[in-house]
Amino acid sequence: MNEQIVSTENVHLYYGDFEALKGISMEFYDNQITALIGPSGCGKSTYLRLINRMNDLIPGVKITGKVNYDGKNVYDEGTDTVELRKKIGMVFQQPNPFPFSIYENVAYGLKIAGMKDKNKIDEIVERSLRKAAIWNEVKDKLDENALALSGGQQQRVCIARVLAIEPDVILLDEPTSALDPISSGKIERMLEELKKEYTIIIVTHNMQQASRISDRTAFFLDGNLIEVDDTRKIFTNPEKKETEDYISGRFG
Amino acid sequence: MEETVQHFKKRSPKRKQERFGKTISLVATIFIVSIVFSILFFVASRGLRTFTEHGVSAIDFFAGTAWRPGEVSDAGEPLVGAFPMIAGSFLVTIFSALLATPFALGAAIFMTEISPKTGKKYLQPVIELLVGIPSVVYGFIGLTVIVPFIRQIFGGTGFGVLAATLVLFVMILPTTTSMAVDTLNAVPRYYREASFAMGATRWQTIYKVVLRAASPGLLTAVIFGMARAFGEALAVQMVIGNAALVPDSLTTPASTLTSILTMNMGNTVLGTLENDVLWSLATILLFMSLFFNILTRWIGKKGAMK
Ligand SMILES: Nc1ncnc2c1ncn2[C@@H]1O[C@H](COP(=O)(O)OP(=O)(O)OP(=O)(O)O)[C@@H](O)[C@H]1O
Ligand SMILES: [Mg+2]
Repeated sequence: MNEQIVSTENVHLYYGDFEALKGISMEFYDNQITALIGPSGCGKSTYLRLINRMNDLIPGVKITGKVNYDGKNVYDEGTDTVELRKKIGMVFQQPNPFPFSIYENVAYGLKIAGMKDKNKIDEIVERSLRKAAIWNEVKDKLDENALALSGGQQQRVCIARVLAIEPDVILLDEPTSALDPISSGKIERMLEELKKEYTIIIVTHNMQQASRISDRTAFFLDGNLIEVDDTRKIFTNPEKKETEDYISGRFG
Repeated sequence: MEETVQHFKKRSPKRKQERFGKTISLVATIFIVSIVFSILFFVASRGLRTFTEHGVSAIDFFAGTAWRPGEVSDAGEPLVGAFPMIAGSFLVTIFSALLATPFALGAAIFMTEISPKTGKKYLQPVIELLVGIPSVVYGFIGLTVIVPFIRQIFGGTGFGVLAATLVLFVMILPTTTSMAVDTLNAVPRYYREASFAMGATRWQTIYKVVLRAASPGLLTAVIFGMARAFGEALAVQMVIGNAALVPDSLTTPASTLTSILTMNMGNTVLGTLENDVLWSLATILLFMSLFFNILTRWIGKKGAMK
């Protein structure tokens, strides 16, 4: 049985007066990919950003409920968000490498964490780029600007950048929606490889992608969690009518 | 078929309008360009007369330290060494930029990263106001506040490079700050988000990502400030003392290219060496501003390639 790593308990999130999440409780397990699906605007990104407290950066956000990670509520007073985000990494929808070299992008997290040992950094950079399935494409141009890479390559550099800080959990918000099918395929295969070591939570609009790579799938609608279950169950025999309508393309 | 061809051949009113607009902007462009070139030509041709008509050697002019136009040395050479002014100009420019840059960066970081609300509400209007204050006002304040203050602390007259530096510091601070603010605001939000999401603190994000991504723009802001300092005449002239001496201390009277120009322009006779050397000084100024201009463009290009 996989170990439970992150869970939320009755989480509500308000953007000002607007309630974007209406009481969400679910668990995420080690060595699994959990997919979050649902129509646009239903709160998937909001929910994802809740977990590593990225919503804190948005003014006017109010949150109630609990997000448990490592035996603690991450919204407790004493939580160090800097430490938290090192443990719960995030990959964004638009590839967003820094306008620095590929090497510096991947080494960034190590340098801000105070690592000085050049050999060690070199080693981690290489390992992370290998894990992100892009080492062979960039090994001869580590000093070139990351912005000169293709979108798909940039996204994999961004994933390598997160892997370098060795998080427990990786949050991915539609990481392949801006990419071509071949690049997406590479990232999917990489994620399946990565789940052996990490807990992965991925938002996707692509039903095939969710059914291909995820172990569990959660269906969101209008700020509510409608259903969460084994991916096979969700896609073949969902409990709820809304879920069935959505995955069969009847709305959304 | 024939009809269609005719239709396309006929000039529509819209096309006529377009041509009219293009002609106007072309004429305007030619006009501006020719003005710029006439100025360049006019100033430079006069400035060169020092060397061609009056036979002053370039070395004597650029490296000479005795500036007494109208007089000649024992060897009979005219005393038109411009080095004191060149040195003065560069000194006040570099010192004021060195002083203003940290303050401008600090203010810009505060206004964009730390407290954008207060920044927008209070600092922005103040800075815009400061940009608009005429330089004579800065000079006047310098003369009545800074010069006596320096006199009290360091003795002497109070006039000199230090006073000019302080006045210029206040003058270029708003220019540099507002350009730096624009540059920092132009750094995409998602760089900051990516940095925070990797567990960077706010300070690390500012220092290692935002400032770095903005560095070409920030450099441009500093150079713009320097260009302004280099070209400022009135305020400097009021506080620097206008002694054409190579400054041997920051608190003894000195001069800059601009201050000597504004002091003497009206007191010389056209066509004489006294007048032509002033044009030579003006030529240096002109080429320096051209240089600053090219430098910012070059940085812009390099930054864009990144
Ligand atoms: N910063 C914000 N301020 C106010 N409202 C917001 C903000 N971000 C999101 N919302 C609102 O919260 C709701 C959920 O947004 P969210 O981005 O989480 O949806 P999503 O499921 O990720 O959609 P998509 O699939 O289009 O990415 C939407 O109605 C959105 O308008
Ligand atoms: Mg989203």
